[in-house]
Amino acid sequence: MTGKMTKFTGSIAKYMVLTIGVVVVIFPLYIAVVNSLKSNADMNRLSPLQLPLHPDWQNYVTAWTGGALGSAFVNTFIIIVLAVIGNIFFGTMVAYVLGRFNFPLKKVIMGAYLVAMFIPTMTVQVAIFGIIKNIGLFDTRYAMVLLYLGTNVVQIYIYMQFIKRIPISLDESAMLDGASYFRIYRSIIFPLLAPASATVAILQTIAIYNDLYSPYLYMPSTNLGVVSTALLRFQGPYSAQWNLIMAASVIIAIPLLLIYLFLQRYIFAGIVNGAVRE
Amino acid sequence: MNFHVSYKAQRRLLIIGFLIIPLVLLVTFSLYPAIKLILYSFTSWNGLSTSYPWVGLHNYMEIFKNPALFGVFLHNLSYFVGGLVQNVIALGLALLLSKKVKVRNGFRSVLFIPYMLNAVAVVYIFQFMYQDNGALNTILRAVGLGGLAADWIGNNHVINWALAFVSLWEYFPFNMVIYLAAIQSIPEDMYEAALLDGASGWQTLWYVTLPNLRAIIQVNLLLTVSGALEAFNIPFIMTNSAPAAATFLTQTMNVAFVFNNYGLASAMAIVLLVIVVLVISIQRKIVGGGDDVV
Repeated sequence: MTGKMTKFTGSIAKYMVLTIGVVVVIFPLYIAVVNSLKSNADMNRLSPLQLPLHPDWQNYVTAWTGGALGSAFVNTFIIIVLAVIGNIFFGTMVAYVLGRFNFPLKKVIMGAYLVAMFIPTMTVQVAIFGIIKNIGLFDTRYAMVLLYLGTNVVQIYIYMQFIKRIPISLDESAMLDGASYFRIYRSIIFPLLAPASATVAILQTIAIYNDLYSPYLYMPSTNLGVVSTALLRFQGPYSAQWNLIMAASVIIAIPLLLIYLFLQRYIFAGIVNGAVRE
Repeated sequence: MNFHVSYKAQRRLLIIGFLIIPLVLLVTFSLYPAIKLILYSFTSWNGLSTSYPWVGLHNYMEIFKNPALFGVFLHNLSYFVGGLVQNVIALGLALLLSKKVKVRNGFRSVLFIPYMLNAVAVVYIFQFMYQDNGALNTILRAVGLGGLAADWIGNNHVINWALAFVSLWEYFPFNMVIYLAAIQSIPEDMYEAALLDGASGWQTLWYVTLPNLRAIIQVNLLLTVSGALEAFNIPFIMTNSAPAAATFLTQTMNVAFVFNNYGLASAMAIVLLVIVVLVISIQRKIVGGGDDVV
């Protein structure tokens, strides 16, 4: 009897805690959406919790044009596509060489990747800044792409972990058939590493979409804004107009949420694969 | 087609061909800058000049003597405390989600949303809610807790906790998903054995679940510590790195890119790097082994 009672209260408590969690997560989103639809007059006379009297979609138009969000999306998209493709090719290539061959200097190279993993990218910006300037890439999208290619060390470890699970007997039987090493990479290793590539693509997309400081440093031109820097610059001239800032924030939040809606399972798997290594 | 390059020659070609570009990138954007950083840290280079005046350990002494530089670690402490709470919340929610819960996937999907939001957008939403007449104070006043209403960004005693909460809100889903995956990978027969032995729910949690999560808790704590030490985005976006909310990293970036003191900034970056590595190794010593490194 008491056992049943505690089980029942336990179950109530469980749903209560989860519901509180959901409310805490949803509340800021509610505030953002509701206020993004308020006219200036509604902003003044209504509390931030109230719904707008007349949804004012004009805020979204102003945010889109005033914040140059269109070009921000294009720039972000270009950088993500180039960086992710590069990461996948370089990552699989490095993993194939380090995971399948023994050669002099292999230990040194593995050590170099390990050292690089401990270096927080942010702190090194002080020195990277000069390098980007010296190679003439300052204020270009290529600066970002190269930076993302050069500092994504974590992916090497994700690939190394996956390549261990591809049986070497596959390589060996392909060699008996006379396949070249490149052929083995192209038709066995690269396709079988697809789950790792999915993980790398997901983690890198989220990271680049959220990155603020490196595009802020390396691409100061307004027409080279990415979503984060465009939002940051939009806030400047409109700092008191929260309805517009909320509209811009909502617009910028939507693409990743859409990806999340369709690829949720892969995103969860990607995060777990990225954080937990053997 | 009997022409074959010998495997030995192929192998050499492939190793060099496949490694050359990635290694050039690694060296250019990770290793070489790190070495540069060490060298700059002993100079008073201003970022532009072609002369690099050697100042020895002066920059390092400056960091420890000047409270505006080293003292801001107190602000990082809020993020650390927030990070611990964040882990407790994430673990708690993961434990609840691992049980038989109706619409479990629905709960999980919604709870994960903050992590998928753009970091700048999140900060602005909270900055808006933290305004004097903002959503947070409005709610507190409405439920009779008006005494708790505060100037969340203007009050120096509150600001860092308010900012740390934003970090907690944004990143707990990440830890939660990792905890949940780890809980679900604990073998079912361990729970059956505990049940046969008549273990209560709490006993099962304490003696079966948590010990099995040891390595994963360590991974998450590691992320929390390094995240707190490297807190940057939230104070930078919300306060433009104002002194009351400055963290060690916002100070480092200001010293470099606002005050053009690259030498000092480099020394600060090195100090941060050393602290992160130290904390990680101490933590690994205390919590013990575990090959799960992030």
